[in-house]
Amino acid sequence: MTHSDQAAVVFDHVSKSFGANQVLRDVSFEVHAGTALCILGRSGTGKSVTLKLLVSLLKPDNGGIWVEQDEISRLGEHDLSRVRRKLGFLFQDAALFDSLTLYENLALPLRRLTNKSQQEINLSIDRVLRQVELGTDGNRMPSELSGGMRKRAGLARAIVLEPKILLADEPSSGLDCITASEIDELLLKQKAEHQTTLIVVTHDVHGARRVGDRFAVFDHGDLVAYGTADDIEGSSNQTARRLISER
Amino acid sequence: MTELFEFIGKVSLFGLRAITDAFRSPFEGGQIGRQIVDVGNKSLPLVIASGLALGTVMTFHTRSSMVSFGASADIPTIQSLAFFVEIGPLATALLLAGRVGSGIGAVLANMRATEQIDGLEALSIDAFKFLVVPRIVACVIALPILTLFMDFSGLAGGFFSEFLASKISLHLYLVRAFIDLDWANFIPPVMKTTVFGFIIGTVSSFLGYTTNEGAQGVGRAATNSVVASSLLIILADVVLIKCILFIFPDHAL
Repeated sequence: MTHSDQAAVVFDHVSKSFGANQVLRDVSFEVHAGTALCILGRSGTGKSVTLKLLVSLLKPDNGGIWVEQDEISRLGEHDLSRVRRKLGFLFQDAALFDSLTLYENLALPLRRLTNKSQQEINLSIDRVLRQVELGTDGNRMPSELSGGMRKRAGLARAIVLEPKILLADEPSSGLDCITASEIDELLLKQKAEHQTTLIVVTHDVHGARRVGDRFAVFDHGDLVAYGTADDIEGSSNQTARRLISER
Repeated sequence: MTELFEFIGKVSLFGLRAITDAFRSPFEGGQIGRQIVDVGNKSLPLVIASGLALGTVMTFHTRSSMVSFGASADIPTIQSLAFFVEIGPLATALLLAGRVGSGIGAVLANMRATEQIDGLEALSIDAFKFLVVPRIVACVIALPILTLFMDFSGLAGGFFSEFLASKISLHLYLVRAFIDLDWANFIPPVMKTTVFGFIIGTVSSFLGYTTNEGAQGVGRAATNSVVASSLLIILADVVLIKCILFIFPDHAL
């Protein structure tokens, strides 16, 4: 597959199985830099696997995955580390390190992956925590944070290295609609202010319509529809039409 | 049987990777220090209390037999040899397999279930080197030190018990305790606890780190860590004793 110069992420005929269970089947799509793609679909259709393949936590059985100009599934340890620094990952349950304070959670990647001085690290953490409205919570342990705060803390850790591409796995799951929309606002703010490419896996169609420029709909491991909201609404696939029109 | 050999093979490769990673930069000094505190400091009260109790009880049991043979003067010698050569290393390792092994298994399995390990990898941080290597190194360093505490606590318990029975002085007890003990009775058994520490760290880390069963896997990893570590420690003890006797044939009891 040839991909355009402005592509931040390209999936090229990707398949992935776990034993006999085929999770993704010959999936191809492209995400342009600075745009937001929302991945929709029923549970167990390979949405989260798509994100884990993208950050090389899983390897595809077939096909290629490009992050900018790098084919991520073929990279060695050093190059993979370089490419991963372009990516931020907001996990479904935030995946904060529960033995570290919020400040230490954010300081860990900065200390290990950058040459910043302690003062610069403190400034970066302070800026990011204020950005997600947790400016006074740096000394709290993850267990002391509410669900919404944990999500925002997870987002803070995902963006602290200033990634070009931000992956978010169910950013609104388990949150009330007001908190969920606050998380969406933060994602949009990140995209607008830093031209970050967003790839968001979600069940929240309302939130997806607010955040997404384009949508990919998965069903039983197949990419059944891809395009703008209007494209999906006019899709020949019934599951895609139902999903995008849910309110 | 195939599964057993597969398990041993996987654990061996896991341990081998930990050894090679331990000598590769970046060195996780801070993490190792934190783990030594966790493994060592927090286990110290348990080890000392167990040593005192074991030492006291052992003297209770041996005293009547020794007196009937007119060998009560040898009680401190037997106590020290028993503790330094076998009881101290083995009891410490089994205690640590329970306290530390279950903890390591549960913590790592929980980190896997809650995607914290994926989180580290996604941040380009080598999760194996950051989480597993420090725990194994901490076990290897802490076990010999804790064994010494167990040995001397056992002697203290033995002295307490003997003092109540015969009013023996501390000086005389210590002279008799160490009269037949030489370095060959002391150093190899303490050194073999580094192997026990490696077993505890490696097996429990393997079971926690590689679990993929969500919350259910946390409990299973903790339980299996204790069972597998304890079993392997006892098996390794047999092999290591044979090795020690082969190297120091004149010092068999």
